[in-house]
Amino acid sequence: MGFIWFWLVAVMIVAYVVLDGFDIGVGIVHLFVARTEQERQISVRSIGPVWDGNEVWLLAGGGTLYFAFPLLYASAFSGFYLALTIVLWLLIMRALGIELRMHLEGHVWRAFFDGMFFISSLLLAVFYGAALANVIRGVPLGTDGYFFLPLWTNWQLGPQPGILDWYTVIGGVLALVALALHGALYLIVKTESQLQERSRLAARYLSITLLALTIFSLPATMTARPDGLQNYQHYPVLFAVPAAIFAALIGILYFSRKQKDREAFTCSCAYLTLMLVGVAVALYPRLLPSSNDSANDITIQKAISSPHTLQVGLIWWAFGMCLAVMYFVIVYRMFRGKVSLDSSGYGH
Amino acid sequence: MTALLLHRIGVVTGIPMEFQFGTNWSQFARATGGVIGQPLAMEGVFSFFLESAFLGLFLFGEKRLSPRAHWAAAFLVFLGSWISGFFIIVTNAWMQHPVAYRILPNGGYEVTSFWGLLTNPWALIQYAHNMSGAVITGSFAMCAVGAFYVLENRFSESGKIFLRVGVIAGLISCITQIFPTGDIHGRYMAKHQPASVAAMEGLFHTQRGAGIVLMGQPDEDKQAIDNPLLVNNVLSFLIYGTTKAEVQGLDKIPRDQWPEPLPLLYYAYHIMAGLGTYFALLMVAAAVLLWRGKLFATRWVLWPLMLSFPLPYIANTAGWMTAEIGRQPWIVYGLIRTDQGYSKYVSAGNSLFTLLGFMGMYSMLSILFIVLVYRIIATGPEKAAPALVAEPITVA
Repeated sequence: MGFIWFWLVAVMIVAYVVLDGFDIGVGIVHLFVARTEQERQISVRSIGPVWDGNEVWLLAGGGTLYFAFPLLYASAFSGFYLALTIVLWLLIMRALGIELRMHLEGHVWRAFFDGMFFISSLLLAVFYGAALANVIRGVPLGTDGYFFLPLWTNWQLGPQPGILDWYTVIGGVLALVALALHGALYLIVKTESQLQERSRLAARYLSITLLALTIFSLPATMTARPDGLQNYQHYPVLFAVPAAIFAALIGILYFSRKQKDREAFTCSCAYLTLMLVGVAVALYPRLLPSSNDSANDITIQKAISSPHTLQVGLIWWAFGMCLAVMYFVIVYRMFRGKVSLDSSGYGH
Repeated sequence: MTALLLHRIGVVTGIPMEFQFGTNWSQFARATGGVIGQPLAMEGVFSFFLESAFLGLFLFGEKRLSPRAHWAAAFLVFLGSWISGFFIIVTNAWMQHPVAYRILPNGGYEVTSFWGLLTNPWALIQYAHNMSGAVITGSFAMCAVGAFYVLENRFSESGKIFLRVGVIAGLISCITQIFPTGDIHGRYMAKHQPASVAAMEGLFHTQRGAGIVLMGQPDEDKQAIDNPLLVNNVLSFLIYGTTKAEVQGLDKIPRDQWPEPLPLLYYAYHIMAGLGTYFALLMVAAAVLLWRGKLFATRWVLWPLMLSFPLPYIANTAGWMTAEIGRQPWIVYGLIRTDQGYSKYVSAGNSLFTLLGFMGMYSMLSILFIVLVYRIIATGPEKAAPALVAEPITVA
């Protein structure tokens, strides 16, 4: 049961990162690639019908995490208190940035809301990357399963790390570049002419940077979590995951150059998925490792809900997810193809 | 447009709650995850996806969908919101009146019956009362816009439609708010949370033929109501159906189980009940005039209809304060005290930092919200501003 729910929650997190990732990415790159008001409108419109639904994966994933692993939810949410609260503020700001730009006409207001959309998207990407890096590095868990992390201490690894240290900052930058690239590739698929050309240029620089950062993150991760390869050494077949990560990166570079835009975007989805799978494989069966004493690790076994709860949950979860996937298929099919400004009544 | 704005602001201000169980109430979240994790996760899976996906379709799909499909998308957004309301009420109802659980050896809680949890009688009645209150809010907002247009003599044809729909929906919901939902809710509370009811009513001493205090100021030290405006026997009658019944006062409750802060609870309840009564009277008057065809010319009713729209928000908030303060000192009634539920390692300074941040952000949001809604209303439903496209104002 623990194994199943570990991967179900992982699937929801992957869905969140891949889906909301591209609209966060659009927020990061749109200031640079969309120069005219019309191009800005097209960029926002390209995610308009879907960004809210994408974000729901975070809420549904959080709810499912709470349901399946209450201890993890209680411990991590209170321990990362400040970071999570800031993430909430950013989510609120981002929603306002996207939605209010068409409520207030006039270029000053629009510039203001575009800036808000940009800053909140950028910081969200950094926070998500740092959050994942925190989980990899581990947190100073007490014997009672709780911890509290300040935003930063001395920026070093060690017994009393902060949410931000040199390692988690690398994670943040990596996520920033990965999601910016994801967003640029999405814009290439959804737009035409100049906006598309500038997105191509952005994607070229971003993909090379991402390749360098991904290579660099490997030794950094080995320093932050020396036992991170245990599962891999136990089952060498798992090394296929990091190999596939690099294959996906090469795919992004190759297909971008060939202007096979859908394939490039698909490779980017695969890259994000595989990075997360790689982390999940390294951590399993730990959910949140301790940075000082591995006896305090929060594991599946420690955190899991009772079996009866989870059995009932499996039934409604499977049913609910089928519905959710159906909605997404309907919405994405409805809005497939290039974005243009004349086809919809909604005032972007 | 308005629907969109209301919905967005509702969604973004609602997201923090999903997080707060863990961030601020981690001991409570950890112990009860096996129970309330269920409705909270179901809310995400069954309602948020439905709501958000079809909101996208509704807003952006007008040209691509047939009118019927467009209407269906709007309906599914509505359905998603109401399902969401149900699951969150199931969660709260379990905290008010825990059912279908057992305590595990490690001190955690587990659901013994899934259906028992979802059909908690407290949840059903609380849901009915809450959603009826939501319809009141919608009706008053609609009436206010309608009355504004009619009084201004601008867009008065739309204004009359708004008034007609708003008054009929308002009349029905104002009545169901009091009877049966409020009535049953009150009796149920008197049975299961006698301390809350005694404190809400300001009943310090157990009494036969207890009266109801319409107005007055509770004095905790003297254990009495100052300047009471009292109607004899009514409380006994409302709870037990007979004027002679004995109603338990706070003197029967150990001092450490009195809801605190008691005066705030007392006032919250009285504000809710007082406003509820006013709503019903106003809507009955408006409905009678509508029936006779005189509403649109009767200024002494149109004015209060226009000005009363903020009051249901206040009444709903006061109602929730009644429920939540009334439950004190428990976070799960009778099982976990509130001071055993908070996040131990989050310091007071850190929570104050985030509280102030949220207060600042929500204040700015309210200002923005009021400005934008006023602009949309002032633009009117018939003529669209350049950036705003004609979309009828719909019930949120």
